[in-house]
Amino acid sequence: MSEVKRYNVRMAGLGGQGVVTASHILSNAVVLSNGFSSLVPFFGSEKRNAPVESYVRISNEEIYEIGEIVYPNVLMIFSEQVITLGKSYTMPFYTGLKQDGIILINNNKPINFVPDEEREMEEKGAKVYYLPATEMANDVAKTELATNMCMCGAISAIFGMPDLVALEASVKDRFIGKGIVVSGGTAALDSVIEKKFAKKQKLLDANMNAIKAAHQYAIDHKWGFHTDANREEREKTATV
Amino acid sequence: MSESTQTKEEWVPKGDLQEIKDPEWLFHEAPRKTEFITGSEAAREAIRRANVDIAISYPITPQSETMQQAGYLFDEGYIKEYYRGEEEIGVMSALGGASRAGVRSLTATSGPGLMRGLEAISSWPGARTPLVMMNMCRVINTPLAIPPDNIEISFLLNTGLLHAHAENQQDFFDYSLAAFMVSEQVDVTLPAVVSVDGFFVTHARGQVSMFDEKYKLPPRDGWRAAIPAMDNENPPARLSRDAPIQKSNFISYHMHASWQQEVFAAVERSAKYWRKYIGDLIEVINPNAEEFIVSSGACVSQAREAVRQEGEKGREVGLIKIKTIRPWPKRELLAALKNAKRIFVPEFNQAGWLHKELCSTLYGQIKADIVPGPRVYGGMTMPTEMVLEWLEDYRK
Repeated sequence: MSEVKRYNVRMAGLGGQGVVTASHILSNAVVLSNGFSSLVPFFGSEKRNAPVESYVRISNEEIYEIGEIVYPNVLMIFSEQVITLGKSYTMPFYTGLKQDGIILINNNKPINFVPDEEREMEEKGAKVYYLPATEMANDVAKTELATNMCMCGAISAIFGMPDLVALEASVKDRFIGKGIVVSGGTAALDSVIEKKFAKKQKLLDANMNAIKAAHQYAIDHKWGFHTDANREEREKTATV
Repeated sequence: MSESTQTKEEWVPKGDLQEIKDPEWLFHEAPRKTEFITGSEAAREAIRRANVDIAISYPITPQSETMQQAGYLFDEGYIKEYYRGEEEIGVMSALGGASRAGVRSLTATSGPGLMRGLEAISSWPGARTPLVMMNMCRVINTPLAIPPDNIEISFLLNTGLLHAHAENQQDFFDYSLAAFMVSEQVDVTLPAVVSVDGFFVTHARGQVSMFDEKYKLPPRDGWRAAIPAMDNENPPARLSRDAPIQKSNFISYHMHASWQQEVFAAVERSAKYWRKYIGDLIEVINPNAEEFIVSSGACVSQAREAVRQEGEKGREVGLIKIKTIRPWPKRELLAALKNAKRIFVPEFNQAGWLHKELCSTLYGQIKADIVPGPRVYGGMTMPTEMVLEWLEDYRK
């Protein structure tokens, strides 16, 4: 086995954005492609727009650790409000981020951090990427409920795994497989989206298009390539 | 559609279509398939295969998801009777009654619910009621919180309950099934608790290998017990009011004392059955190490990662996972730790009940320094980094 590759991802967003769903899809896709992954969601009383965190561990070796990730090396921020309105269990949002970590933020422009935050992120050597995930979801899937799919697509491109095939299988598992146990609020949102896409296949297609668009966006911007010297070559071959 | 045109599968409760198999075969030999599921789902799959007659519960986070799943199993016919009680005192009292009636009984609860039901729960062992209670640990102290903190286990230590502490989703599946079998042995006849740290395990997914759902455990035989099941047609030998057991309205003290002795002796006797079904009561990694981490439940997982990272740096740190809190694996611990120089006891609670248990076992027996920690509580997990930090600090 090659050297141990380990991503400890902390996802933060708002209730209703599909943070927990995104963690399930990402984690399951890793497992489907024979990697190791575990996840744990964290939220209070279930309500729209309340803070939600979910933690995903990804590795090419068996994972022992459980529980929330206090010292992540990857952050996925699903809403700028996590940062600007402090809608988060973790303040400031990058607390515990390890040296040279990755931060993926859903926003269409860079956020104006206060000088202390700016400095601390710089000291940590954090790579910050901005993905206009909500706009992309609206454009491609015609619903902002696909924001989480865009986040999954982009992060998988940044990591170079799981691939789109595994992600597609995972999305299928989530919406038409035997599924996962979902909470009441999530079940309600599921039925909203199912009504919107009369046929589940349409829902799958829309989700996959959102994932692919964000995946391509990340590759076009060469996100995450710094961690992998051969990445640029490989992507070229892959597009051919 | 009339009944005559239906196939058997359409009208027979699904539980009745399952095939009864020998528990040892099911636990150790039956082919298994691995699924990536949550702890609540692992609990559901254990219940599906456990031949449960009655389940009674009252919802409380983080247990609710499991017992909601049990509701589906009832609907499908894997559980014969199921209802939601009014609250936990009622639930735990009713469940004791169900077990005395001789049927396989199940409940599940969490932190504050466990506390509410504690009066009835602590009456179970003396009433010799085999049953299983799944306990999804949750903060009990004010201020109100729902994340895991396993202080509640300390309240159960001296009740006479059997108590296994699951590390992960796999353990939750295995220990729950084993618990039914152990609790119903004639020379045990005691209630069993399977605790698991809430959310970290119940709401998180992990790999769980399971035998096929077409198999189930043998049913409970209410007459194979230290105290036979209650038969309402023929008045039973009464627990009370029969001379010489009775003194005035209450049991005589020496009867009560011997009754208690028998309960706690039965806890010890259960060890051989736990060993039969889940293997050794402790798991040992790096047995020749001088530094050891001793832990139970989900905290073991954090310790495993710390041990692996220390190993990568060329330092051998031992790890002991305690699977059963009751029976307490005293003999095994003494043997495994006899050459230890320093022992760390990481825990997910403030009081350090595991540290206290361990100290009373090891006092005067070995020379090791038994470090009280690290500990986290209030619901946070223990970062591996914290375990590593403690190891490093104590080496200085």
